[in-house]
Amino acid sequence: MSDDHDHHDDNAAHELRVSKIQDGTVIDHVRGGQALNVLAILGIDGTEGEEVSVGMNVPSNRFARKDIVKVEGRELSQDEVDVLTLIAPDATINIVRDYEVVEKHRVERPGYVEGVLSCPNADCITTGGEPVTSRFEVLPDGVRCTYCETIVREEIAALIDTA
Amino acid sequence: MRHDHLITSKQLSRADIETVLDRAAEIDADPDAVADRHANALLGLLFFEPSTRTKMSFETAMKRLGGDVVDMGSVESSSVKKGETLADTVRVIEGYTDALVLRHPKQGAAAMASEFVDVPLLNAGDGAGHHPTQTLLDLYTIQENAGLDDLTIGIMGDLKYGRTVHSLAYALTNFDTRQHFISPESLQLPREVVYDLHQQGEDTQIREHDALEPVLSSLDVLYVTRIQRERFPDEEEYRKVAGEYQIDTETLEAASDDLTVMHPLPRVDEIAPEIDDTDYAAYFEQAHNAVPVRMALLDLFLCDHGTRTGTGETTATDDTANGNGGEADE
Repeated sequence: MSDDHDHHDDNAAHELRVSKIQDGTVIDHVRGGQALNVLAILGIDGTEGEEVSVGMNVPSNRFARKDIVKVEGRELSQDEVDVLTLIAPDATINIVRDYEVVEKHRVERPGYVEGVLSCPNADCITTGGEPVTSRFEVLPDGVRCTYCETIVREEIAALIDTA
Repeated sequence: MRHDHLITSKQLSRADIETVLDRAAEIDADPDAVADRHANALLGLLFFEPSTRTKMSFETAMKRLGGDVVDMGSVESSSVKKGETLADTVRVIEGYTDALVLRHPKQGAAAMASEFVDVPLLNAGDGAGHHPTQTLLDLYTIQENAGLDDLTIGIMGDLKYGRTVHSLAYALTNFDTRQHFISPESLQLPREVVYDLHQQGEDTQIREHDALEPVLSSLDVLYVTRIQRERFPDEEEYRKVAGEYQIDTETLEAASDDLTVMHPLPRVDEIAPEIDDTDYAAYFEQAHNAVPVRMALLDLFLCDHGTRTGTGETTATDDTANGNGGEADE
């Protein structure tokens, strides 16, 4: 299912890391250190009782280190997959049913993301308590607020609206 | 023009701009011909920031078309003081009026507000963002004095926060222009604007400078803006920097005799009063052009809006849109 099977480790943490899920989604090949941001984008904070496994900075064949997120009982929508591209452009999404991977696809960059990021410009109308959903155009090398037109190229994950 | 609202000069094609300027020229030549054109139409003025020229010229323009205005007044005396959102304010006022003019301190305010209303909304300045109606009167003035093609223009002063500068620069990419931006390093054009200028027009020629002297003799138009005291940490630094971007008749000795000097006003001391009486000065003419250009804009948007009802493009009222709501645009 993922290349973390390639590594052998006898300790308990390893067992937790590779445990298979029955039905749900495995988000693999997330850049090291971004797993919690992936959960934030998906609005998963554990308070709803979701069964979630997170591996951070685990050895990977493709990258030196990667993160991996497994969510039991939830299949990601295309919209959710799209926004993951902002922080996990190389991720692969495995949809699992009855312990088997039934769909496996790469994320694709969407044209826009809505309601996911908050604008870092304090003078932007979206930061002023208005009933408006944030909207960012996805550029080749960043994102851009469609209201105030501020371009953000670095630390996009810091803009994730976790409220 | 087929736009529901006027939010940014980026949305304007060359054809759009020429439509507005041609209409403004017609009105300028014979204002009496449109004196009753929008009788009974009401324009809502929503100025969340102080304004003299923009507000008064919109009011004049609407009255010269036979219509009238309703004014929200100052923020201190309005429901905004009670914490009402902009989205709610515009939804309420659109029920009273046929079009809205909005100035607001937040960037993107006009874009957001336009999502909540069906009547035409004209952006009269959104923070450091856009000021497209100023741009159109600037273009009208440039056209009258120097022409819009094969133009070399210098834009000088506060290029970072100056919304008039950003809007003008975008619009000029529709024409054959060479744009020189002259400012202290701390007030250069925002990188977003430079990015957009390159995106707007492949042939756009943009140069940035820290002094006027090297380019002055090549300019057809010099557009001067005010450098504001509050952009600098202390008075001494402000005086030192601002002093380098002031012009007087001695400065202009190196300029072409045909140079046109413009300024969106108000000025402080960046253009010496001695220039006022020279052939270079076009800034008062520029300010006066606000009326025919805003008349043209209001006319186009009110008529356009009136004729589009029933097309499915808007949900605006028809016979209440203006006094001659069904009148065909020309």
